[in-house]
Amino acid sequence: MDLSYGPDYETFREEVRSFIADHRDQAPKGAGQRAPETLAWQKLLIEHGYAARTIPKEYGGYGAEPDILKTRIIAEEFARGKVPSGLGGQGISMLVPTLLEMGSEAQKEQFIRPTLQGEMVWCQGYSEPGAGSDLASLRTSAVLDGDEWVINGQKIWTSTAQIADWIFCLVRTEPEAPKHQGISFLLFRMDTPGIEIRPLVDMTGVANFNETFFTDVRVPKEQIVGARGQGWMVANSILGNERDSLGNPDVALARLTSLTELMKQETVNGQRAIDNPVLRDRLMQIQARVMALRCNDLRVLSAKLNNADAKLARMIVKLQGTELRHELEGLAIDAMGELGLAYDDNPYLRDHGSWQAQYMFYLGLIIGGGTSQIQKNIISERGLGMPKEPKFEKGQLTFATAKS
Amino acid sequence: MDFGLSEEQTLLQDSVNRYLDENSSLDHVRGYVEAPDSDVWSGLVELGVPGILVTEANGGLSMTALDAAIVAEALGSHTAPAPFLGSAVMAPVALQAAGKNPEDLLGAIVAGEQRVGIAVGETIATRADAGITSSGDSLSGKALFVLDHGADAYLVADTTRSLFLVKADAKGLSNQHLTTIDRTRRTGELVFDNVAAERISDDPTVLQKTLNFGRVMLAADTLGAAQNMLDQAVAYAKEREQFNRPIGSFQAVKHMCAEMAADLEPCRALIWFAAHSLDELPEEATLNACHAKAHLAEVGKKVAKTATEVHGGMGFTDLLGLHYWFKRIGFNRQLLGGPEQVREEAARLQDLVA
Repeated sequence: MDLSYGPDYETFREEVRSFIADHRDQAPKGAGQRAPETLAWQKLLIEHGYAARTIPKEYGGYGAEPDILKTRIIAEEFARGKVPSGLGGQGISMLVPTLLEMGSEAQKEQFIRPTLQGEMVWCQGYSEPGAGSDLASLRTSAVLDGDEWVINGQKIWTSTAQIADWIFCLVRTEPEAPKHQGISFLLFRMDTPGIEIRPLVDMTGVANFNETFFTDVRVPKEQIVGARGQGWMVANSILGNERDSLGNPDVALARLTSLTELMKQETVNGQRAIDNPVLRDRLMQIQARVMALRCNDLRVLSAKLNNADAKLARMIVKLQGTELRHELEGLAIDAMGELGLAYDDNPYLRDHGSWQAQYMFYLGLIIGGGTSQIQKNIISERGLGMPKEPKFEKGQLTFATAKS
Repeated sequence: MDFGLSEEQTLLQDSVNRYLDENSSLDHVRGYVEAPDSDVWSGLVELGVPGILVTEANGGLSMTALDAAIVAEALGSHTAPAPFLGSAVMAPVALQAAGKNPEDLLGAIVAGEQRVGIAVGETIATRADAGITSSGDSLSGKALFVLDHGADAYLVADTTRSLFLVKADAKGLSNQHLTTIDRTRRTGELVFDNVAAERISDDPTVLQKTLNFGRVMLAADTLGAAQNMLDQAVAYAKEREQFNRPIGSFQAVKHMCAEMAADLEPCRALIWFAAHSLDELPEEATLNACHAKAHLAEVGKKVAKTATEVHGGMGFTDLLGLHYWFKRIGFNRQLLGGPEQVREEAARLQDLVA
């Protein structure tokens, strides 16, 4: 057990700190994703290796060797310094790693640099109204007509579709093949004729997502990542990345600190919420769970450093992290009582309504990115080696045990 | 940065588990419950277990709290009948924190010649008019649910949180066995009538440190017991067939197992951290011990119930013996402070209690 990062890393930490101190003035303050100051900040971060750190220089990254601790120190110091870290989004966090792994040389050269610099914004076209947890049953079709794919169908939960320049999209190209082997991974422009975007207002009252419709959308044949029918394999590596990024325990800790402050300030019948023993006990229960997940996070990090698979410790993060945040945000609402009902323009709103919004948004995250129930299937089948769901084949139930 | 067990610690874990697989089987535990006599402890003494937290200067191995937690987890996993918590953990921690070693008691503990029971529960929660008062170095009153009843000596705390050592055969000390749900532990009641005692420490931080160690080890014991129950439930669900399918292929059953695993897995890292902090992060050790104790009490309770349910009717029988783990977890939950009480202590430590 060694919780220190060691002297070399502490030197690196000092470098990051002084960078932040020296360049704080240039950080964009609440500017949009495409604002010039946002793009300039992103460029500066890449130059210093604080964004796109391990992406090769030839594709517009910083080109450093992968070093998990340095990546973590950067994240810690940017959070501590309260300056925005490098751009995220589905293009940078999901598509770029996939292209590096699976893309052709021409695709890497065309897409990675502008994506990293924030000039090319992406959205993800995976889920469909009829293909949620059973994503591989997706039906949006692409048929080759000469040198072009012709796409028809509908996607849902396409966040940022309204601002995206491009989409990475799963489509069925081999209708006769078994469902996992009939999917391809296509890239195309969002201003291609035949694409219609309808905002999807969710329970928070905001259109965080969209529905996207494709009618005879024509896409050049070569805009496919991997071979025909390999799309499921490509998509699966991306889904792994997405799950890892949900349920960050350091963010949960920051929210816990805010919740404690809220409970010290809000009063009911003249009594502070923290002085109510039931609410205080709930706060302590949540604190223990945050502590346990932070420890678990360090364990997973250590395993990565040792090139080991953290197995169950990794598989439970999305399930536990999102459920915990939902409960944490919900405790704030209970602590406020009727004030916890305030929304939008209500003058009694606390903390800009973040508790209400996050309480609902985390219910969305419990469902999105692989529902809690799908997570439990993964944990039990891949983590505990329990039998998979029986499948109907030739009129008979068959059982298989997942490889652990 | 290395958040996990070292190679040596993994070896320690393996060797203790191997020893207990052979010497603390369910049959052995059943035998102990019928006639409380076990040679498990003498074998653990040979492995050096009582010397883990004793310094080399005092004849021990100068190992870490995390090493001790690894042993505690293995003991819980095997519901082993062994006086580990008192003799290997709380007594050595208290004596060494106080800088005391009367009649080389520590050497005798390491050699397996002396066992020390623990009577400090009343400093956390006083029930049924229990509690020890001291007048000079003479103790009066009663202590309940004393750990390792039948030991050679007892570590006793009075109402002012001073610690004393009392020999089991001291004049004026009477005792009786107290049966609890968990027959793998010996507990009793001690009644003191002006009993001469050796004062160990008046420093409340010595008692606090002793409690911290005790709580983390109880939590580690629960981790081991709960992990074993989960493993048994998973194995049973893979084998047991109903409606022509293994019951583990029903989501209703497999999700119960997934929930247990999801709750329990972070506990392992929490125990490692809480144990590590006992040695290395003294300023946060008490808070971490409180949270480890309370959180494992909650997760352990849930796993104990759910794992039993996965076994269906068999889980409820004595034949299967699952109840030994269920009861061990129940015992660990209440001893040295139930979860509500320990969480209140955690809140108080952070100035959250007016």
